[in-house]
Amino acid sequence: MTLAELVCPAGTPAALRTAVDAGADTVYCGFRNATNARNFPGLNFSTDELATAVAYAHAKGSKVLLALNTYPPAGQVDLWREAADTGARIGVDAFIVADMGVARYIATKYPEIRLHLSVQAAASSPEAIRYYCESFGVKRVVLPRILTIPEIRRIAQEIPCEIETFIFGNHGLMVEGRCSLTNYVTGLSTNMDGVCSPAADVEYRREGDGAVSSCLSGYVIDRFGPDEMAGYPTICKGRYQAPHRPEGYYAFEEPVSLNLARLLPELIDAGVHAFKIEGRQRSKSYVRNVVSAFRNAVDDIRAGREANIAGLLQLTEGGRETQGAFETKKWR
Amino acid sequence: MHAALTLGPIAYHWPAERKRDFYARIADEAPLETVYLGEVICSKRAPFFERDMPDIIERLERAGKTVVLSSLAEVMLPRERQATRALCEMEGAEIEINNAAGLHARAGAPHRIGPFLNAYNEATIAWLAQNGATHVCLPHELPRASLAHAAKAAGEIAIETEFQVFGRAPLAVSARCYHARAHGRHKDNCQFVCEDDPDGMPLLTADGTPFLRVNGIQTQSESYICLVREMAELVAMGIRHLRLMPQSVDMVAVAETFRACLDGKIDSEEALAQLSETCAQTRFSNGFFHRVAGHRMVAGSMPVS
Amino acid sequence: MAYSHKHEVLNKANPLTDLTAPALTVLLAPLLGRVVKSLSRKHPAIFERLGPHTKTGYIIDPTNLPFALFLQPDPERPVLRAVARRALPAHEALIRGSFDTLFELIDADADGDAVFFSRDLIIEGNTEAVVSLRNALDDVDGSIAADTADLFGPPGRLALGFLRSRADARSQRSST
Repeated sequence: MTLAELVCPAGTPAALRTAVDAGADTVYCGFRNATNARNFPGLNFSTDELATAVAYAHAKGSKVLLALNTYPPAGQVDLWREAADTGARIGVDAFIVADMGVARYIATKYPEIRLHLSVQAAASSPEAIRYYCESFGVKRVVLPRILTIPEIRRIAQEIPCEIETFIFGNHGLMVEGRCSLTNYVTGLSTNMDGVCSPAADVEYRREGDGAVSSCLSGYVIDRFGPDEMAGYPTICKGRYQAPHRPEGYYAFEEPVSLNLARLLPELIDAGVHAFKIEGRQRSKSYVRNVVSAFRNAVDDIRAGREANIAGLLQLTEGGRETQGAFETKKWR
Repeated sequence: MHAALTLGPIAYHWPAERKRDFYARIADEAPLETVYLGEVICSKRAPFFERDMPDIIERLERAGKTVVLSSLAEVMLPRERQATRALCEMEGAEIEINNAAGLHARAGAPHRIGPFLNAYNEATIAWLAQNGATHVCLPHELPRASLAHAAKAAGEIAIETEFQVFGRAPLAVSARCYHARAHGRHKDNCQFVCEDDPDGMPLLTADGTPFLRVNGIQTQSESYICLVREMAELVAMGIRHLRLMPQSVDMVAVAETFRACLDGKIDSEEALAQLSETCAQTRFSNGFFHRVAGHRMVAGSMPVS
Repeated sequence: MAYSHKHEVLNKANPLTDLTAPALTVLLAPLLGRVVKSLSRKHPAIFERLGPHTKTGYIIDPTNLPFALFLQPDPERPVLRAVARRALPAHEALIRGSFDTLFELIDADADGDAVFFSRDLIIEGNTEAVVSLRNALDDVDGSIAADTADLFGPPGRLALGFLRSRADARSQRSST
């Protein structure tokens, strides 16, 4: 059996301390700039904050991973290199990268520090993963959320590195690192700027009939009736009309969260080394609840006990959750 | 400086007969130097075209065009891994790789880098060049300043650069087929409904605004990227290959307009007017280049100083 | 995050509370001033997280109280004052919810996203400003509500205890 390391999100120093105290084996975070894929207003770490946070985590036996998982546009690579230098100086336990240029820089300059391949690199086959392992010495791959458990099991047998999978949180629909929907609508790029449906471009518009439209830079992403619960205008979770669907439908996915609590034992058995909880943009309260619930579940499984997952199932907003691609190919 | 016009791979599931006719006309009439062939989006579609490939390649090459074979953007299933390996291990063929699985199979032999491989910067381009890349198609969302920087850096290590100047923007790919989903099916029992939408299935917002196009697992822009005004600047940057993506319009006419503009026979405003006529149904955009929302059409390109 | 339609219902003026509002806003002024000054002394990092939004004017509107609050988190001169709902000052962003919901948010007990999803919170205006404020306040260790209660000594802590037991009772009711 693998270690079932619990990898938890931290959008702020307080969230990092909360995650560590709640039992996170590992915490991942990023700097307050475009070098990571959660470059949201009010989030993330300054250099000093990261140094303090790493010291706190290490004192309590937890590891810290630094996300440098965006793609530097030509001419701006130095920002990513400096972030890597700073992370190395502070003593982070690993870098999470997507761009080959960034991976190569770290592999060459800091060969002693672990490299993890971000989900933003979209490596979804043994060959792609092996390419990154052989080229840059990648020690762990974060798998895209598109594979079934039998597929993960097969990949685990064919690659020389550890596997990390998402188990809880926002359920991205597009292949990460290959999506420019936000840039098409707002002029800010997910890959280069680290944003997705930036709040500055969000507007909730009240319609005459009592409905509310959630808009992104003027495009109506969804429209909610007077009694309907409304959501954030993420483009791939929007409701649109198509020739065969004039009534409007969720063209990509219903607004649901990923929750793999039930599948934990199977994932461990398939060879998954680490479980990732999504949500650096979420609050301390979320971090505390989700991390402690999964901590208990993983400890139970490791001790051979039946895990109590009832609490985990309650964590999903609105009770709407999915096991996504993990459970069945029919998701595709 | 001479600039070449290229034709990207057909993103859609056009019937085999339509593809044959399309490439026959391209071979005979279109002022294009390079044609990229192959199924890049959906591995299920590939068998429909494979039979015709040798004839089409022969015909295009006889007409003096360079043929490059493009690999799949998403590689996950056994048949996708197999197809990628088979293509990338071919000797003698010019190939364009769109997924890291292909780089692994190619093992350092010469190849081109496709637009799905995320060569965003000089560091990545240098790495790829060291490992056999000779030619890089830059990502469609790179803005002007980054394009200039990337092209210059590539030029210094003798790497050719390419950029899409016409056609819907390839905004996203997924493991899930949204064409099948729209028809209440899933990828394994899709019955190739994507064949009904040769220019993508339109998605409109709740207030009826045309927004996106679904092409199987791919999501494209409603607007066609059109950089005919910016083309001279791209060439001046050192980007010598300008890619036209096949849409359901008269692509020979599109290529002729771009060629006439490149050759200075018509100016860019006249070229834009001609293209608008050729593509009467569709809005143009150039926002990514100008570092504003990609769907926007910004008037005029600043001259290179 | 989500928008809800309770707005319409909650926004109806209550004649009694509107009459008492002007007097209350004057009475509360020194108290609120003390709260915001103490917070900004104790947690200077909040301002760095707010970035450009230290100059933003926020309305925080606890729908079942007789007044709303105006907040401008300017590190030089932080402003928090009670305002009459009938005559809200110019603002860029508005956050509206019941007092209990807002209390749970600043007591670090509720997840902002979860509250938005459950339709208990309404946001209007500059969404980025609201998200920045939420994230900045969330970086405060412990609870802002507890810090505030401490300011007022034993009576403050007594009030906090009361509010917390009320919140617990509510969450137990809603989960059964």
